[in-house]
Order: sequence, then C-alpha cells, then structure tokens
Amino acid sequence: MSNASLTTKFIEIQGVEQTFKTKKGPFTALRDINLTIAKGEFVALIGHSGCGKSTLLNLIAGLTMPTGGALLCANREIAGPGPERAVVFQNHSLLPWLTCFENVYLGVERVFGAANKSTGAASESKAQLKERTDAALALVGLTHAAQKRPGEISGGMKQRVGIARALAMEPKVLLMDEPFGALDALTRAKLQDELLQIVTRTHSTVVMVTHDVDEAVLLSDKIVMMTNGPAATIGEVLSVDLPRPRNRVALADSPQYLGYRKAVIDFLYTRQAHVEKAA
Amino acid sequence: MVSAVFHGPLEGAAAPSKAPHQPVRLAQNAAVKSIPTSAEGTKVMKEPSTARIDWRELALKVVPPVIGLALLVGLWALVSITTKGNIPGPADTWGQAVEIFSDPFYRNGPNDQGVGWNVLMSLERVALGFGLAAAVGIPAGFAIGRFTFLGRMFNPLISLLRPVSPLAWLPIGLLVFKGANPAAIWTIFICSIWPMIINTAVGVQRVPQDYMNVARVLNLSEWKILTKILFPAVLPYMLTGVRLAVGTAWLVIVAAEMLTGGVGIGFWVWDEWNNLNVKNIIIAIFVIGIVGLLLEMALIKLASAFTFDEVKS
Repeated sequence: MSNASLTTKFIEIQGVEQTFKTKKGPFTALRDINLTIAKGEFVALIGHSGCGKSTLLNLIAGLTMPTGGALLCANREIAGPGPERAVVFQNHSLLPWLTCFENVYLGVERVFGAANKSTGAASESKAQLKERTDAALALVGLTHAAQKRPGEISGGMKQRVGIARALAMEPKVLLMDEPFGALDALTRAKLQDELLQIVTRTHSTVVMVTHDVDEAVLLSDKIVMMTNGPAATIGEVLSVDLPRPRNRVALADSPQYLGYRKAVIDFLYTRQAHVEKAA
Repeated sequence: MVSAVFHGPLEGAAAPSKAPHQPVRLAQNAAVKSIPTSAEGTKVMKEPSTARIDWRELALKVVPPVIGLALLVGLWALVSITTKGNIPGPADTWGQAVEIFSDPFYRNGPNDQGVGWNVLMSLERVALGFGLAAAVGIPAGFAIGRFTFLGRMFNPLISLLRPVSPLAWLPIGLLVFKGANPAAIWTIFICSIWPMIINTAVGVQRVPQDYMNVARVLNLSEWKILTKILFPAVLPYMLTGVRLAVGTAWLVIVAAEMLTGGVGIGFWVWDEWNNLNVKNIIIAIFVIGIVGLLLEMALIKLASAFTFDEVKS
C-alpha cells in the first residue's frame, strides 16, 4: 500500500463483531462495525451507556479479540495490546505504590529502554529515559508532583499523569476511555483545552470514548455515533469541520458549532432514545 | 476462604497514640490550602484546649481495660477461694512468677530449664516451621492465583487438607523424620501453610483488572508484572495470611510440644501438670498469651506499613 492510503486508512475496522458468552447464552455486543481512521485524526465514539463504545475501544487497544471481522493498524492486524496503542483508562489506573514519575517511567523504560527491532532504534540511557519522563510530566504541567504518589494528588492530576504515561511512550494511537468522565465540569474543561494543545503539538491520532456531546464536538474531527445495544453498531458518522485551534468561548455561540451539537443530540435523544423508555 | 481483612485486637488501644499526630496533620492541611479558611483557623487556635481534653479521653481509653483485667483477677481469686486453694490465687501466683522470672535462663539438665529457654525453644520451632511454610506457601499462592489451571488443580486438595487438625499430622512427622523436634516443626509447617497459600492466591486474583490491563498495554515482562504490580498489590493480603499463620502456629506449638516433649513452653505446661505445680501452669498460660499478643502486634504493624490506601478500596 502507498503512503497516501496509510494516512487516510491508518486504522481500519472491517466488519467487526463482538459476542460475549454469558450464562444466558451468547450476547452480541457489537455487529457490523466498519470504520476507517486517518493518521492524525481525532475521533470521538459517542452513544448511550451499554452501547459498546468501550468494547470497541478495547478491541482497537487489543485488550480483547473480536469474534468476527478484523482490525488493522498501519496495515497490520491488531493481535494484542502494545505501547504503540496507548490507553488512557477511565479511572486513571495509576499504580498507587509508585510515584507519578515512576508510573510514567514504567512505560518509557519498556518502550525506549530496550533496542527496538521494528524501528531499529538503539536502547536509550537512563538519563535519556529520565528526560523523556520529565518531559511528559512537564507536558501535562505536573513537574511539581513528580515525586508524589497517586493517593496524594487530585483526580484531575491523576488523569493528567495517566495521559502523560500514555504520551511518553510516543504511541501511534492514543486511546482514551472517558478520560474526563469522573471529573468536575471545570477541571474537565481545563483538561480538554490541555489535550487540544497537546494533540496539536504531537499530531497524535486519538480515539476517545465519551458521553459528553460538547466534549465530542469541541475536540474531534469525526464523531462516531453508536446505536443502542445489544448488537450495537455505528449509526452515523459526523465530520466536524470546525477550524483549529478551537476556542470553547468563541465556539459557544457559533452557529456551525451549535449545528453539530444539535445533530449529535438529535441522534442520541430522538432517534436512539428508546432504550431509556424500555428500561 | 479466609477473610483477608485486618482485624486488630489492639485497634482501640492504638487510638490514643494518634492524638499527638493531630497538630501535624492540621499544619499540613493549612499548608496545602494556601488561604486557610476561618474554620480551619479556629481549629488550629483550639489546639491547646484539645490537649487538655485529651486527658479525659486517655482515661476513657485506659480505664475500661484496667477494669476488665481487674474483673479477670477478681474471678480468679473467687475461684481460688471456692476451690480452697486447689487453684492458686493471684497473689500466690504473682509471688511464684517473680521467682521464676528472676532467673529465666537456668539449666539443670534437659528436663529442668528456665521459662526463658522454654519460650525461646518454642519460638525457634515456630520460626523454622513457619519460615519453611512461607518459603513454600507464598510462591505456591502466587502460582495458584495467577494460573487458573494450577488453581483448579490444587483448590480441591487444599479444601480437603485444610480442615485437618495439624496434630493429626504429628505421627506422620514422627514416622518420617524419626525425631520429636522435626516432627513438631513439621506440624507447624502444615498448619501455617494454608492461610499463606489461600490469602496470597486470593490477593493475586483480586489484583484489579485495570492494573493488569496497564501491564498488557505497556507490554511489561512477567518479571516486571511480578515486581511492580502483583507483589505490591498482593502484599497486604499476603501479610494477612502471615498473621493468621503465625497465630495458628503459636496455638499449635503448645499442643504439639505437650505430645513430643523436649524443651518448650508446651512441654513445660505438661511437665508442671505432672509435678502438680498449678501456679506454673497459670504463669505459662499468661506467658503464652503475652507472646502471642506481641507476635500479632508486630505483624499488624508490619501489615499496615505496607498497605496503600487505594489497594484497600
């Protein structure tokens, strides 16, 4: 394949189906998922809870294997999890017995501490690894908290360490599972702005699961809206053509922004509203 | 399954020691919030007055245990009077105890040694049996917890053997090791291995899936998973197992030594029974209780030092 097709089809999801075995028999969580994600694209997955957004993200991460179909990243089948597809977990998942520095260093050491066969990069020295870790913490503005343990810092700071850990590994893809879901609105807005800046600088490819309409419109290039489970699939894909850099205050009364917002809300609460009624 | 929660018999007694830390904690709070709120300001101001109230709290913490002990001694004295001195009273026993503890490390032949030697010999057996059990049980617990196949293989065996009284293994030990001392150690080994295997295995199974997912995404080696994730996450469970094991071992050693003889606190109790020296038996009961309590306290201290807040939740 040429480089051009790689930039437009960096991640390819082809006819993916995910079925779980349960006591009541097989349960189909996802079916007929077809999606391509370009390099450097920011994609949001949105849908009601239980629609399989996180299941899809775990499939891209390689944490679970699909029961049907195939997932490709850079033309290679995703066979398992790895640092090139870093995950920012919903509840930060920092190791409480390590300091913030050590949490980030753990990933850095694994990726850059040994010679890399696929890229031919030599192993880096301890000082270089330390520098990378410090740089990642500086990127999320946490240099001062490097020697603190996760139990000593706030929820927003923990989530930032989680992002730093993911970014420090220089992943090809950044996968985020409702990264700001557990935070208050003000902290969430601050971290969204930080994430926008970081992604602009690093040109990362990002797939983010969210249930926040504003977050999806503000951050993404593409919003993937999912139908309700069971057997959820992609209902609609909305391209968000707002110019970057984006400013939440300026966008607040932009008709274009409000149009996108309306489209997502319309999908979620008019066309996919039946689950709430059934429950 | 054995519960993997810390129950400290001394939790209440440990509480007063927290009081001196309070000013430090308040000072920290004030430092974190750059502008201390008025409520906190007043708390800091009140500090001297709370120090005065502490005396009353301290009395409330100290008086009930003292009453409890007094009740025990009173009952004991009552029993002693009603049995017309068959069971010696507290005062007699105290006098005897002072005499015994003024020379705990004497040696008059193999069957007549000081109480200090007896306790030390028992502790040595417990340490040996328990140490061997830890060396086998903790790695076994990790393996059983980490690999489902091994878990399914060994869980029925553990369920079958665990309820067996450790003393039932004593004849097997005597037969195989041809000696009283290794047989006693063998009994301690058997009784203390189960809580360590089970608690370690449960700890490994309860390591949050999130941490294991982190390990998979970071593609950590099995060694790094063990040292950076499994071991720290399992440590509190493991220490609970250790604590239960030491408690059981200390219970069992007394019974085992009664049967095997030699030098040891259990044998001492039996020997004094044969001599009809009831005072010494009562002293031995107190000695066994106090040593057990000290072991338990030391291990609780160790366990709480290695428990992280986020692991508990």
